[in-house]
Amino acid sequence: MKALPSLAKALAWLAAVYAAMFAFDSSGLANPYWLQVFELACITAISALGLNVIYGFTGLFSLGHAAFYGIGAYTAALTLKSLGVESQPAFLCALLAGAAAAALVALLVGVSTIRLTSDYLGIATLGFGIIMKVVFDNADSFIPRLGGARGMTGIAKMTTLPWAFVLLGGSLLVIRNLVHSSYGRALVSIREDEIAAGAMGIDTFRYKTAGFVIGCAFAGLAGGLYAHLYAFLHPSNFDFFKSVDVLVIVVLGGLGNMSGTLVASFGWVFLLETLRVVLPPEYVEFRWVLIPILLVVTMLARPRGLLGIGEFRFLRGGAGR
Amino acid sequence: MILEARGLTKNFGGIKALNGVDLYLRRGELAGLIGPNGSGKTTVFNVITGIYRPDRGTVNMDANRIAGLAPHRISRLGIARTFQNIRLFRNLSVMDNVRAAYHPSVPYGPVSAVCRTNRYLDGEKAIGENVTELLSFFSLQDRRLEHAKNLSYGDQRRLEIARALASGPKILLLDEPAAGMNHSEVEKLMGFILEARKRFSLTILLIEHQMRLVMGICERLVVMDFGEVIAEGTPAEIRKDPRVIEAYLGHRPAGDTSEVRD
Repeated sequence: MKALPSLAKALAWLAAVYAAMFAFDSSGLANPYWLQVFELACITAISALGLNVIYGFTGLFSLGHAAFYGIGAYTAALTLKSLGVESQPAFLCALLAGAAAAALVALLVGVSTIRLTSDYLGIATLGFGIIMKVVFDNADSFIPRLGGARGMTGIAKMTTLPWAFVLLGGSLLVIRNLVHSSYGRALVSIREDEIAAGAMGIDTFRYKTAGFVIGCAFAGLAGGLYAHLYAFLHPSNFDFFKSVDVLVIVVLGGLGNMSGTLVASFGWVFLLETLRVVLPPEYVEFRWVLIPILLVVTMLARPRGLLGIGEFRFLRGGAGR
Repeated sequence: MILEARGLTKNFGGIKALNGVDLYLRRGELAGLIGPNGSGKTTVFNVITGIYRPDRGTVNMDANRIAGLAPHRISRLGIARTFQNIRLFRNLSVMDNVRAAYHPSVPYGPVSAVCRTNRYLDGEKAIGENVTELLSFFSLQDRRLEHAKNLSYGDQRRLEIARALASGPKILLLDEPAAGMNHSEVEKLMGFILEARKRFSLTILLIEHQMRLVMGICERLVVMDFGEVIAEGTPAEIRKDPRVIEAYLGHRPAGDTSEVRD
């Protein structure tokens, strides 16, 4: 068995990291505020990696990523509430339910809109994002527990550092292995030239839909973690601007570059929080001036993304090279 | 007869791109499709490969009716092509361009890929070996890690043919394979096409403007003008055909007995 060592190695790493995180988390050494920021960065990275599959690898321009993040968040929160037990396995079920719900909705949206090309698909997903925002705002009229525009409260605070970190590691592993396989090459070939990909025998419609669904499933997973991090959900966390945030992270990190997405996610979340602390209270909103300036400068200096086309060692390469 | 098209008609708005085109290919032959610019040659390719659905007409390959099928279905039945304006996966390596074309016959499932099972590792190894063999035949092996967009023009054209052959086709459609090549490159390409036909037992139909290549290697020519087939025959017959001369050179004054030359 040649495969077992690589899988076992990956699992051993994850287990070791989990243990380390668990020890760190319960030691009380870390500042709980920054710990929470770190968890948010992991969650943001999972969502951004999902969008990277959609936009970076498959080449589908999506402006509705936050809507799928929201679907995952609300579904996971409602699932755990309905289960009535706040155990770790129940939490895992809730997270998977969130990812599955996002994937299912993505399938429906994908099948109907994915024939559209680039900009038009962007507009269609933008429209879907706006629809979902309205749905979240009025969710209390069909399921009162979702809270609607007042926000959803009473969510258990289940997301911990190990959960966030291990799920990020798992997501990286799954996406890396997928990308460095024939299936990943099929997705990338569609991004590069859809007509040629079709002429080579690749079912472009099917694979574009698959890429979209997989990416949205990661958004849903991240959403579930997010819901149980702050124990409060509000529709404004899933509007158009949040979709743009994720898009900015993916573009900053470099399209189709997982390491870049990782660095950009952590950079983005920590920069926002650091500025919140550093800037005097009356200037905090100037963050939204500083960050776009930084964005422009970064894009001018590194148009292909923060890391160019390089990848971290553990994200590089596949078999048979 | 490996491929037979009957009565292909395709309109774009008011323009009749194809107007009742009949075309066939005999198994194993190397045929040329020629005609002035805008006569509908590439449209024929696009209809055969499923990029366009014909308004009327049928295309049969062996016993299959293929007109109107999706491009990937037609590709899987054994028709591969290259494009007039090279359509490589520009930001992928030479190797990955060819590897992507092996995807339709991938021997492992997505779950195997994610878990990196033996099936995945063996499959990748097999694909890698096939790619190496194909790239060696095309003398692209030492450039396999280069991005496709960084190859020279001639190498890009060769890579496109290599990629087309990865799907193991029975019929290969080449759209202006010699475009932009100089004298000696065309010479090399001609030998190369003949060799590829023998080695991969192909039936080839090619569109070309360079008469040297067309007259040099094609066994049969089909001539199109204004969306219709105006002549068909051996290169020697086509050279003398008055309709062909008229299509290329305009009306012949009385008494002129010129032929289409290289």
